[in-house]
Formats: sequence, structure tokens, C-alpha cells
Amino acid sequence: MKRLLPLLTGLVLLLSGCGRADLSTLNPQGPVAEKQLDLMKLSIGIMALVVVIVFAICIYVLIRFRRRQGDKSIPKQVEGNHTLEIIWTVIPLVLLLILGVPTIKDVFGLAKDYSKDKNAVQVKVTAHQYWWEFEYTDLGITTAQELIVPTDKTVSFELVGADVKHSFWIPSIGGKMDTNPGVTNRMYLDFPKEGVFRGKCAELCGPSHALMDFKAKAVSPESFARWVSAMKAPAVMPADAEIAEKFTSQCLSCHAVGENGGNSAPNLTGVGGRQTIGGILYNDEVPVEQNLHDWITDPQKYKSGAMMPKAVDNDLSPEQVSAIAEYLAAYKLDY
Amino acid sequence: MSAHDHAEGQLPHEPEKATLEARNKILGFWIFLGAETVLFGTLFSAFLALRHNIGDGPTANELFQLPMVFAATMILLTSSLTSVFAVQALHHHNKKSMIGWLIVTIVLGLCFLGLEIYEFKEYVHEGHGFTTSAFSSSFYTLVGFHGAHVAFGVVWIGIVIGQIFKKGLTVVTAPKVYISAIYWHFIDVVWVFIFTVVYLMGKVAG
Amino acid sequence: MAAHGHTVKRYSGLMDWLTTVDHKKIGILYMIAGLFFFLIGGLEAIVIRVQLMKPMNDVVSGDTFNELITMHGTTMIFLAAMPLLFALMNAVIPLQIGARDVAFPFLNALGFWTFFFGGLLLNLSWFAGAVPDAGWTSYVPLAGPTFNSGHGVDYYVIGLQIAGIGTLLGGINFMATIINMRAPGLSFMRLPMFTWTIFITSALIVFAFPVLTVGLVALMFDRLFHANFFEVGNGGSSVLWEHIFWVFGHPEVYILIVPAFGVISEVVSTFSRKRLFGYSSMVFATVLIAFLGFMVWAHHMFTTGLGPVANGLFSIATMLIAVPTGVKIFNWLFTLWGGSIRFTTANLFAIGFIPTFVMGGVTGVMLASAPADYQYHDTYFVVAHFHYVIVGGLIFGIFSGLHYWWPKMFGRMLNETLGKITFWTFFLGFHLTFFIQHFLGLLGMPRRVYTYLGGQGYDDMNFISTIGAFFMGIGTIVFLLNIFTTWAKPRNAAGDAWEDGRTLEWSIPSPPPEYNFQQTPLVRGYDAFWKEKMEGKTAMTPAEPIGSIHMPSPSILPLIMSIGLFVAGFGFMYDRLIVAGIGLLITFGCMLIRSLYDDHGFHIEPEDQEKGVHA
Repeated sequence: MKRLLPLLTGLVLLLSGCGRADLSTLNPQGPVAEKQLDLMKLSIGIMALVVVIVFAICIYVLIRFRRRQGDKSIPKQVEGNHTLEIIWTVIPLVLLLILGVPTIKDVFGLAKDYSKDKNAVQVKVTAHQYWWEFEYTDLGITTAQELIVPTDKTVSFELVGADVKHSFWIPSIGGKMDTNPGVTNRMYLDFPKEGVFRGKCAELCGPSHALMDFKAKAVSPESFARWVSAMKAPAVMPADAEIAEKFTSQCLSCHAVGENGGNSAPNLTGVGGRQTIGGILYNDEVPVEQNLHDWITDPQKYKSGAMMPKAVDNDLSPEQVSAIAEYLAAYKLDY
Repeated sequence: MSAHDHAEGQLPHEPEKATLEARNKILGFWIFLGAETVLFGTLFSAFLALRHNIGDGPTANELFQLPMVFAATMILLTSSLTSVFAVQALHHHNKKSMIGWLIVTIVLGLCFLGLEIYEFKEYVHEGHGFTTSAFSSSFYTLVGFHGAHVAFGVVWIGIVIGQIFKKGLTVVTAPKVYISAIYWHFIDVVWVFIFTVVYLMGKVAG
Repeated sequence: MAAHGHTVKRYSGLMDWLTTVDHKKIGILYMIAGLFFFLIGGLEAIVIRVQLMKPMNDVVSGDTFNELITMHGTTMIFLAAMPLLFALMNAVIPLQIGARDVAFPFLNALGFWTFFFGGLLLNLSWFAGAVPDAGWTSYVPLAGPTFNSGHGVDYYVIGLQIAGIGTLLGGINFMATIINMRAPGLSFMRLPMFTWTIFITSALIVFAFPVLTVGLVALMFDRLFHANFFEVGNGGSSVLWEHIFWVFGHPEVYILIVPAFGVISEVVSTFSRKRLFGYSSMVFATVLIAFLGFMVWAHHMFTTGLGPVANGLFSIATMLIAVPTGVKIFNWLFTLWGGSIRFTTANLFAIGFIPTFVMGGVTGVMLASAPADYQYHDTYFVVAHFHYVIVGGLIFGIFSGLHYWWPKMFGRMLNETLGKITFWTFFLGFHLTFFIQHFLGLLGMPRRVYTYLGGQGYDDMNFISTIGAFFMGIGTIVFLLNIFTTWAKPRNAAGDAWEDGRTLEWSIPSPPPEYNFQQTPLVRGYDAFWKEKMEGKTAMTPAEPIGSIHMPSPSILPLIMSIGLFVAGFGFMYDRLIVAGIGLLITFGCMLIRSLYDDHGFHIEPEDQEKGVHA
């Protein structure tokens, strides 16, 4: 145990140096991010070599050739040296070749198109001002803020922006791709390990750009199948008829649960089981019902510029807010 | 080397390049035309990128009437020729003939502008307004920028003619004639590209 | 036509500065305005860093933060860095090529005033309560009329348009100056390195700024006149804006860094008492960098979705730039090698530049690898990278140049002790602020975020970064202090103020008389003044007898023309087309006056030259 402790601390330090496994590009959790990290390591290695050489020459020169007090001598005026100049032209070219070849290989490798692949899960990502919509085009289901994917299949993404330009990024799974309004981009990612990974918007999109987080949850193939069927099951509506009516008129005009409602705001099917509310209020820190209650009461307090109206402006009394929060908190999918 | 050292003496063969000041101006103006080339190049690129996005408006093919545009092209090309004659007259120190050719150049420029304004009015009438589509916005911006350059050139050459009348042909006024002629050729060349890229390609590939 | 007219009105006091066409005074005006905007941009940076000091901080809101980053970037690049470069260009270039002024003194003044009023207009947005907030790149649709309906981005569009006119005029002017106004014997391959870099930068300005002009016109038409260039709903293209912006934007960053290369070359060579190593390869490398600078713009757009072919080509093209840049780095190191190195403040900044710029350069190569860039793009890694090249490169270069040429500009030496304090606080503060930001990016922190959730491993690094920013602030304050204390000292700097001067500007008094060279010098080789000194002479051989010197007249028109554009800008923004028309009428009216009334200038006779008319 005594020997293990320093070892463990060392390991922890090393890991913390590489950042969180669900967030850091240095701690890849999938083959795409691994490939990218390999390329990063290669370039860092080559570049570290260059930096060390330059620093060494620089320090040597500064110490060796500093002017002594009162030194009036004139150094030899050198015009140049062709051999040296050829050396420091050719060596960088070789170094760039070493970096250039795998770069080209990966540029084409990562551009592989899985959109026609029957084995891949097809997801259409639509980025909205401060939330993410995920439509499983082959499966006919839509969710928001929390992307659920199976560990055994490649996920093929179709990316588009609904309003302004955003950028879809899950650092520990793979690099980003912009969601341009009016243009569809494609990319693929693999999620071989189960877990929840943090996703971010990487393109300035307005005042709450910083808060436009989402989660990618990788689950086993069986669990994924259960999730899909739970999503397709009929919606669970509030038990209380009055609340159900209020919920339908005030919430489902934009949101949806199951087959009911609109699509201009995040889909709420199974929202009580998600990691966060609004992408940033963590349900493991504060109970989900409390988070929902806070959010419904005043969404702009947590995300300025969010389209959703405050409860008072949405004709919801505090009691109704509590009842809706309670209902949504209990709305969990079993998968 | 100052501007007026040579002013009272005999005019040299190329009076527009007699002083350092004048040579600076000519060089500076060529550099400026380099910048103008990039400016129009970018406008062309934007137009090429957007020209198929016509929205609810008419297509280029429906819109453009080649005979009229061809006439405008001929008028502008002729005006380029007349401005060459003006510069030749300048080299022969023939003030009267030079002013004559400059006036012809201006008149042709005005004819061109008249045709262009008529053309734009027709287009707007056919539902091709500035705000109709990305195609229309980029079309009017590109062709309009050129038109504004022609208008500026007409005013400029007009002012130069006035100065020649008042001050005579000197090493100070000669470069003004010469530089405005370079400018005039430049906007002609731009028009040739507009005629090809906007109108001919619009007719053929539109 | 009175040839020897002293009849031209000469002004004094404030009017002298408002009407001057003297490149030395215009250089000082550029410097004052540039430092002023540098302080504003710096203040914005400090507020940004204070906001990011701890997670979920609420010093400023998300809206205000976006305004701050937009104005910080725009101000620093267009209103601080560019004018400070123009200050050095104006102060030094005519002296280095043995000329009495630039090719177009009037345009030079016009360039300054348009830049100044453009910058003023942009910054007045703070008082109008409508500040640009879509980033210095102003990507559409976020900057377009649909998602940004206030007047904020209008200030960006119009302010930059007006300031851009000034920059373009400057570029044309300095190209013509360097081509046409060189002293006898000063062939291109004898030009000082700084002059070479300014020549190349001017060419870049001439070919890059019109692209920005068109982009801004298109955005302005979209915003003010409902055009559809970038309106996706009506067939416009948002990716088109990205292309236009970066076709301009990438050359723009080279416009900034290339002059710094020139400054470093001069300073390193002077303070190691050695000829610049590999001069001709240095010239060639700079030309190549500028040329390649036009074919790499899409590396800012690797994640836009241009496809693998474009990404691959732009990756390789970008990497190639490392080769000429490497040549320059090693040439500087081997200029120092075998030299007799004196550690003045100017030289400290130049020597600090070399390793810092190398670090910025290598992260540039890393970013060039497109698949890896999918991870770096729009994160703090990029923020760190471009601050390493722009601050660690350009701003170090500007500080070096200002300390180096200060005695030539003002006739007074800056205090070396204060200078060294400036260097060490700024240098260490800089690395403290930005080195750690590389890792923030790699750990998944996107850029342009107004805050971040705690517990993501970002907290400590952000705190350290903020401390560094304060050190940079202290360095800047010490620099200002140095300027003010130096002001009170006598003007006693020698002509060859550093004793080891190599180029023509050190062969004339500090500060130079308003006509610079009483007799145009004859240049007999590279490092013209050094060559004469090594042959035991103390002055240049004149190329002409002493005679009457012709000078251009001062004029108030440049100022009025710029005010006209300023007024027109407001007219367009607030939809008062009459006001816009009046503004444009003022500007074009001044142009007409300038054309109709010939400027004959005036002459300074030899007997007046002896009295020593100082600038």
C-alpha cells in the first residue's frame, strides 16, 4: 500500500495532465480521436525537436557572444553560408514530408462517407441557438441535448445549422465539424466504449455560445435497442387532466413528447432520465426535479437569449410549474 | 525636380512623364489599378458563386437582351479608342485635337451610362430588383460598381478638360490626361469581362 | 508661377499637426493614435481575462463579453497593430532610402486621417450602446441582419471600410515610394531589410485589402439595403463570407508579421555589430512567404466542410510556409553568431521575439495538419497560437522598433532601466498568459466562451492566464511611464544614436530636419552608412550639390475629407441618406479642390537650411 500510494498519485497527476476522459482531446475514447491524437503527437514531436534546436542555438549564442564592457572590436562581417542555408532549407522539407504524408492519409480516411451504409446509425444533427436536435433518420425518432449511440456501430452524422453557424464537437471522441445554415456537412464517429461524453458548440453563435453543451451517451447494443423502442412507445402524459391540458397548450406548441407536439424546441421524451437540463444544469449535483423547476421558471437566467419564455409570461402558475417539473422528472425511459 | 521647373519651357515629347511627381503619380496609379483588379475580381467571384440562386426572380437567360448589351460594349470599346487618340494628340502637343477626342470619349461614356440605366429600369420592371435574390444582388453590385466607375470617369475627364482649357497643356496637366486615359482603358477591360462572364455566360449557361 | 514662394502658409501648434504632410510627423500621429487604441484594446483584454478568471464568473454578461472580444480583436489588429506599423514605416522608410519624403505626402496625411476617423467611428459604438458582437471575423448569419438587427455590426462594417481606405492608400504610397524615390546607388538588392519587408507588406495590402472592401460592401448592402449576398433564405451563402474574409484575412496576418521580420533584422544586425546573415536568402524567403500567404486562406476553414481534396491541398500549402520562415529564424541566429551582442531594450525584444515566434510558428504547422485541426479549431489552442505570432511576433517587433528608432523620431533616448522592466514584465507576462492556453484548448475549452462550468479542469489554468495578463498590463504602463519621463529630458540624442547604426537614417541628425537630407546621399553598397564608417568617414558622400529644397505644402483637406467620410458613415448607418450625401459631398468636394488648385509647394533655401529647421 505504501508503495502503491505514490504510484497512484503519479498516475492521477498524469491523468489530470491529460484531462477528463469524457472531455479531453488528449484522452481519446474512440478511434477517430485516437487517430487525431496520433497525428498531434507526431507533429508535437517534430516541432519539439525544432524548438529544442532553436532554443539551444539561441542560448549558446547569447551567452557566448555577448559584448564585454568597453569592447570596441568589430566582428567579422559574414555575408552568408550556402551550405548552412541549404541544410536549413532541406531538413525542414524532410520534416514536413514526414508530417504531410499521414496528414493526407487521415484527411481522406476521416472523410469516409457512411451515409449509405446500412450498418451505420444515421443521425441528423440540427444545431439551434443554444440547443442540439438529434434525428435518427432511419429509425424515425428525434431527441435533443443527449445523443444516444450504440457501441457496436459507426455513427454517420449529417450536420446542419437551423439559424446561425455552430460547430459540433465531442473532444474525446473526435474532432469537430461546423453546422452551416443551408449546407449539409457529413462526418462519422465511433463510440467503442460505454459512457457519457461531453459535447460542445465550438463556433461563436451568440450570447449563450459558452453554454451550448450536450452529452453523447454510448450504450450497449441491447440497451440501444431498448432505448429505440422506448422512444417509439406512446407518450406518457401527465396523469392530472388539468396539468395535461396546460402542458399540451403551453409546452407542446414547441416541445414534443413521443408522437405529440411540435419540433421548434428540444424533444422532451424521457427528459427526466437525462444527465442535464438545458445542457448545463447537472442532475447529479441538484435533483432533476429542482433543475426542471428552475429552468421552467426562468430559462434566461441560465441561458440568456434562449427562446423559451419565462413561466410568468407563459401563463403558468408556480403550482403548475411544480406539477410539470414533477411530471417531467418522473418521465424516464427504461433502457 | 519640382513640378513647375519645366512649366514655362518647351514641352518634352512625353509631357506626362516629365517630372518625378508625374512619374510617381503614374506608378501609383498603376498600383491602384492592381488593387482595383482585385476588387473587381472579388466581385466577379461573388457573382459566380451566387449567379444560379435566382429565387423567385427571372433567370439570366430570360432577362438579358444581347443586342442592347452588345451595343453598349461597342460604344465603350470605341470610347477607349478615342481616348487613345487623345493621348496621341497629347504627345503631339496638339491641345485642340486632344480636347476634341476627350469630349468624344465623354459623350460615348454618357451613352453607355444611359443604356445601362435604361437596362436596369427594364430589369426592375421584369421583377429583377436589387433585393429579389442573391443573383440579383450580386449582379447589380458588380455591374453597378462598374457603372459607378464609368460615371466617375466621365466627371473626372470633364474636370480635366476644364483644367486644360484654363491652364493649358503643361507638365502639371499632361499627367492628368494620361492617367485618366489609363483609368478609362481599365474600366473598358473590366466591361469586356462583365460582358463575357455576366451576359454571354448568362445566355449560354444560364 | 512664383517658383520660390515662401508665400505658402505655414502653421504652428495644433494646426501644424492637423495640416502636416511631413512623413515624420504623420509617423508620430500614427504612433499616438496606435498607442491610444492599443490601450483601449488592452483594457478590453483585461476585462476579458478577469471575467474568465474563475468558472461561472459574472463580471460581464454573455452579450457584453461578445462585444469585448469582437472589439478587442478588431481594435488590436486594425487600429493598434496596423497604425503602429505605419508609424514605423513613416518614421523610417524615407530616411532609409535617402528620400526627402514619400511619393505622395498628401495621400499619406489622408491615409492617416481616414484610418483615425474609421477607428473613432468603430469605437464610438461603445457610446451608442450598439457594439459589434459577432467576433472580429463577423461570420454571417450571426453578423447578418436577421440575427443581428441592432446597429452593432454596422459600426464594424463602416468603421473598417473607412479605416481600410487609409490602409490601402498607405500601401500604394509606400510601394511607389520605395520603387521611385530611392537615393542614387540604392538598388533593390542593397535595400535595408526593413525597407524590403515594408515593400512586400505594401504589396500585400494592395492585393488583400480590396477583398475586404468588397466583403464589407456586400455585408453592408445586406444589412442596410436588404441585399442577399449572405442571406441563406434568399439564396445567399454564408460560406462565401468565410472565403472572402479569409482571402483577405490570411494575407492580413502576414501584412502584420512581415514588417516585424524587418525590424528584427535591423535590430539584431545593429546590436551584434554584424551584417545580416544571408541577406539575399532573407529577401527571397520574405517574398515567398508573402506569395504563399495568398494560397492558404482555407486553413481557417478546415471544419467548414470543404471536402478532403481542399483540406489536403491547403494543409500542404500551409506547411510549406514553415520552410522560408525557418530560413529567416536561422539567419537571425547566425547573424548573432560570432557577433558582439549588446543587450539594449530594443535588442531584448528582438531576441525575445526569436524563440517566441518559433513557438508560434510550430503550433502553426501543427494547426496546418487538417485532421488534427479538427480538434484544435476554435479552441483556446488557436487563441494561444495566434497570440504567440501576433503578440510574441508583431508586438515584440513593434516594441523593439519603437525603442530602437525612438531617438531618431524624437531626438531623445528612452530610459534603458525602465525599458528593461517593460521587457521582462511584458515578456514573462505574455508567456504566463498564453502558454497555458494551448493546454486549455487541448483539454476541450472552446474559444470565445464568456464562461465555463467548474470541475472541467479549466479553473487553475485560467486563473494563471489572468495573472499573466496583468503582468502584460504592468509592462505597458511602465512603457508609457518611460515615454512621459523621457519627454521632459533634453533633445540630445546623437545622429548615430546607438553608435553601431548601419543604414542611412543614422547618418543624419536625430530628429532629422524637415527635409531629411540636406544633400541626397550616394549609396555605395549594402549597409550604406556602415560601409562609409568602416572606411573612416563620418558622413555619406553627397550625390548632389547643396541647393534649394522643394517641399510640399501643408493642407487641411485630408482632415476634412476624412470627416466627410465619417459623417457619411453615420448617415448610412442610421438611414439618413441626406446626411450620407452631405458627407460624401464634402469628401468629393475636397477632391475637386485638390485637383483644381495645383500644389506648388515651397522651397527651403540653403541659408535657411543652415539654421536647421527641425521637424
